[in-house]
Amino acid sequence: MLEVKDLHVTVEGSEILKGLTLSIQPGEVHAIMGPNGAGKSTLSAVIAGKDGYEVTAGSITFEGKDVLEMEIEERAQAGLLLGFQYPVEIPGVKNIYLLKAALNAQREARGEGEIPAPEFMKLIKEKVSFMKMDNSFLQRAVNEGFSGGEKKRNEILQMLVLQPKLAMLDEIDSGLDIDAMKVVADGVNSLRSEDRGILLVTHYQRLLDYIVPDHVHVLVNGRIVKSGGAELAHELESRGYDWVVEEPAA
Amino acid sequence: MASQEMEQLVRREYKEGFVTDIESDTIPPGLDEDTIAFISKKKGEPQWMLDWRLDAYHQWLKMTAPSWAHLDYPPIDYQAISYFSAPKREEDKPQSLDEVDPKLLETYEKLGIPLHERAALAGVAVDAVFDSVSVTTTFKDKLAEAGVIFCSISEAIRDYPELVKQYLGTVVPTSDNYFAALNSAVFTDGSFVFVPEGVTCPMELSTYFRINAANTGQFERTLIVCEKEAQVSYLEGCTAPMRDENQLHAAVVELVALEDASIKYSTVQNWYPGDEDGKGGIYNFVTKRGDCRGDRSHISWTQVETGSAITWKYPSCILRGKDSIGEFYSVAVTNGRQQADTGTKMIHLGEGSKSTIVSKGISAGRSNQSYRGLVKVGPRAKGARNFTQCDSLLIGDTCGAHTFPYQEIGNSTATVEHEATTSKIGEDQLFYCQSRGISEEDAVNMIVNGFCKDVFQELPMEFAVEAEALLNVTLEGAVG
Repeated sequence: MLEVKDLHVTVEGSEILKGLTLSIQPGEVHAIMGPNGAGKSTLSAVIAGKDGYEVTAGSITFEGKDVLEMEIEERAQAGLLLGFQYPVEIPGVKNIYLLKAALNAQREARGEGEIPAPEFMKLIKEKVSFMKMDNSFLQRAVNEGFSGGEKKRNEILQMLVLQPKLAMLDEIDSGLDIDAMKVVADGVNSLRSEDRGILLVTHYQRLLDYIVPDHVHVLVNGRIVKSGGAELAHELESRGYDWVVEEPAA
Repeated sequence: MASQEMEQLVRREYKEGFVTDIESDTIPPGLDEDTIAFISKKKGEPQWMLDWRLDAYHQWLKMTAPSWAHLDYPPIDYQAISYFSAPKREEDKPQSLDEVDPKLLETYEKLGIPLHERAALAGVAVDAVFDSVSVTTTFKDKLAEAGVIFCSISEAIRDYPELVKQYLGTVVPTSDNYFAALNSAVFTDGSFVFVPEGVTCPMELSTYFRINAANTGQFERTLIVCEKEAQVSYLEGCTAPMRDENQLHAAVVELVALEDASIKYSTVQNWYPGDEDGKGGIYNFVTKRGDCRGDRSHISWTQVETGSAITWKYPSCILRGKDSIGEFYSVAVTNGRQQADTGTKMIHLGEGSKSTIVSKGISAGRSNQSYRGLVKVGPRAKGARNFTQCDSLLIGDTCGAHTFPYQEIGNSTATVEHEATTSKIGEDQLFYCQSRGISEEDAVNMIVNGFCKDVFQELPMEFAVEAEALLNVTLEGAVG
């Protein structure tokens, strides 16, 4: 469903991604691992359409459509959804309001009408309780005053409500204690299905004990230098990243 | 976003821009004693009122226009303005809506304020001011039953001269400032509200002002008095048609709250801001002041300012009574070439008096906006408290926001807090919303409305809805 081919991306004049190729099929969970500064977050940001990233070569297609030609919101409406490493605060805007606006925008793009209020409330309550969150979360301003763990849970909550075709999660494990990580991992695992792809970006292998990926890719210096199964993550954990760099690219 | 793209988006047209073709009984431009005598006669005023006007005029002649505001506009030629304009059939004023000029009703329809229906549905009494003469007043009976007087100031001068004499000019003296003096000399109409002791006004009062005749200055005069333990909520909303020449507006609003009385004054202002180059917009020089004259009295100003080319406006409170309370909640939005210098003054004279200031400024396009606020605590205002929060939001990088807070504290027991922030509408916030599938435009509206929430929740319900809609229209395409 997602095809990234020979992607070159420049940020403020310096090349971050230097020919990245990646293919994700429905039902697959991919994990991108790599040392700091390797370009992990750049990849998901470019796919989502963040400003300031210049694609100098290569292509990204999603279900056959050229992603780079789509507006940010169109990408989300098409089913590409990014979970942020550092979700921003939006003072004065209630969480529930953002969720509803996002859901309705996506429904509208699909030619469906607005979700009826009772149906929406039922859906939200179910997902909130699944994420072991309090209903009061919904009435608070988006991410304002949330702890690190609360912010990450909120990102997953949005995923559960919006049901993307491809969920991209950028360092969703950073700053989480073990209990919060379990809740977040449960949320992600519940998203696993045969028609949905998941892309995890992470620095640590720890998360992958809870969300076992089908494919692991090692991103170093702007390229995927090694790919493998879940066992690759364990190898990275015990041996670090240096040995991968020294071996010839997979 | 690329600046070119942004500029394109920032362009918008004024949605209320149309002109109703009603013959006006307009006098030629110019201002002298004869002009004032003409206005006074036209309105059938008693001699004392004419004398009052002339006195104000003589003071005005000795004054000069203020230049301290952070505003840039060419000098105004006061002799080029026509000071009186009224729908023609002054003698046989309509007794009901059926008799109202259909074109006028059409104007209201275009503005989205079907007067009769809306008023009836919402239970709101509307004293609709078209140009300078009150056209129709509804719900008068119900108000009369409660003992509330709600009429045009012209009627009040004729029918309740003692009340007018007692209070007019006691909050904003004729010599207060240049524009207040001008207004006192030439004011044509406005509203008068009197709520007697112990009465809570049974409905929200609202007036729609609309400037219509070309080149005619609009000088509204409003006076609201709440006696002991009386309460009223007053809503003022404005729009104006598109014009090529700048239209001067210099209103004066005076509020008087006696012991334990409470006045809530809400404004949504959406006057023509001028075209892309700032040409043709309204000049709005307003003096609004409330006097918390009695102990434990309470005056609250809430304003949503989105229109006008130039805004010069500082709704203020004189906290004279012991434990009196003054509040100022403001959202000001400027786009295009708009300039706004607005804020408030809280003058603490009474012991234990408290004031709250929440100001939210949003600047977009090439607009410029200043918050100017004074908190003054007198020597006898023991234990006075003020809290000020003043936030600015910038959209794009060609607009400006400035803050001028002044504090004069003459008392060591006073507590004064001031918080201020200036932020650019976050690219990150926009990206976050858009990456959830929300369009850029909707995302901006969502973020801006969130930014203004503290103020909107102070507005009466139906006004809050209107204000949000207005904000969205004003910022249409102002994405940066």
